[in-house]
Amino acid sequence: MTGSQEKSRRTFLAATVAGFGAVALAPGLHLIALSHAGAPRAAGEPASSKVRWGMLIDTTKCASGCDACVKACNTENGINETVADARQGSQWIRKIDLKDQKTGRTHSLPMLCQHCEHPPCVDVCPTGASMKRADGIVLVDRHICIGCRYCMMACPFKARSLVHQPLTEQNPEVPRGVGCVESCTFCVHRVDKGQQPACVEACPEGAMVFGDLNDPKSAISLRLAQEASTQVRADLKLNQGVRYQGI
Amino acid sequence: MTARLCVLLAALMGTVLAPTSVGAGAPKPNIRIENPGQCIAPAEEMRRNHMEMLKHTRDRTLRLGIRGEKASLNGCIECHASKTTGSVLGPGGFCQECHAYAAVKLDCWDCHQPKASLKTTGMAGVKP
Ligand code: HEC
Ligand code: HEC
Ligand code: HEC
Repeated sequence: MTGSQEKSRRTFLAATVAGFGAVALAPGLHLIALSHAGAPRAAGEPASSKVRWGMLIDTTKCASGCDACVKACNTENGINETVADARQGSQWIRKIDLKDQKTGRTHSLPMLCQHCEHPPCVDVCPTGASMKRADGIVLVDRHICIGCRYCMMACPFKARSLVHQPLTEQNPEVPRGVGCVESCTFCVHRVDKGQQPACVEACPEGAMVFGDLNDPKSAISLRLAQEASTQVRADLKLNQGVRYQGI
Repeated sequence: MTARLCVLLAALMGTVLAPTSVGAGAPKPNIRIENPGQCIAPAEEMRRNHMEMLKHTRDRTLRLGIRGEKASLNGCIECHASKTTGSVLGPGGFCQECHAYAAVKLDCWDCHQPKASLKTTGMAGVKP
């Protein structure tokens, strides 16, 4: 992908996000950061469609220039390689700064795999590697990924990366390697143990809540029931698991 | 006749695989069990079927989200990593030693960390 295409796609995304910025803010509200995601699933038990994992990000609390979530993600998932060309680096989560052209209002937010209910990446995958787990987590089954990158092109959020070089310092719990596409897994290895994703735990402002969208009593559902939230590019009707406040 | 054929075959294989030890066949792999205990199945079954077990597990874990599987790859590594190198690969490494002998090459290590406990993993077994 050339630099200019890259830029225009980013600007486009930023503009569309800003377009949804009319939603009212909810100042003074606090997200419950470290609530438990849930009980660890018992050994031998598959992920269940009774659960749908989601994330709510309060952009009013997200400071421009803070990248604690990005750092935590990189540490947890062993994204530590030095790449020859910066455009080839893996980004499971990235910070973007947005500006409403008309009002000049700015905000900052983390962009990551939105874990869509109807994921375009899954639609286009020729091998079945791009998949959605029963509990709504969208993953790449890297055992059958051939690295064709259709999914990267299909993703409206630019959330996926291809590993361009051989790796040796992987975290044993997070296998990743050359020639395969990868993206945010909601820290599936932690979630399955009943822990929170690393970014959520690391956010100094408690701006991210993670939990079960299907459980009306979960912290995330309670907040979604009370406060205005948006899905980025809601017009695409993908019904993302990641929701934003304040944009 | 069959016996003769076998000898001939063995000799032939010896010359192809290990020209230095003509007639003795390829040098047997030196499989070292460094951590005492029991494997997840009897050794004969492991020798024959571990690849199938791993392939089933990988789909069940990744696609269905089933944790705490008996035949976990990280589980193998935790038990079978060398005490000196910490790895199942490298000269004498448990997985490599036998695969080199059997001329098997795995791509698993492109992604999977062959060293045990770089960070304590929870994958070998989910604690309920
Ligand atoms: C391109 C990367 C990649 C390659 C190559 C790869 N894996 Fe995996 N593997 C993964 C990922 C990602 C997971 C999911 C880890 C998780 O969520 O816990 C995984 C999980 C597994 C699991 C379940 C977890 C465990 O430790 O038991 C098994 C078993 C497994 N792989 C076996 C294999 C085998 C055998 C090979 C080689 C034939 C292989 N994998 C090659 C990426 C890869
Ligand atoms: C709890 C520790 C443990 C785990 C987990 C484990 N092993 Fe073993 N394994 C052993 C021990 C101890 C032996 C020796 C047993 C014997 O000789 O009867 C062994 C023997 C074997 C053998 C036979 C070696 C020979 O003598 O030819 C193979 C092959 C093997 N293991 C593969 C695996 C694979 C593959 C996995 C992962 C799916 C695995 N093991 C998981 C401890 C373990
Ligand atoms: C006793 C010898 C032996 C040991 C020890 C051994 N393997 Fe194997 N392995 C084999 C043989 C032989 C094959 C090839 C079988 C075939 O061709 O069908 C094989 C094949 C495999 C395959 C399938 C490869 C493919 O491309 O289909 C995987 C995966 C595998 N081994 C994993 C392991 C792991 C992981 C370890 C270490 C924990 C290990 N093996 C230790 C003998 C061994």
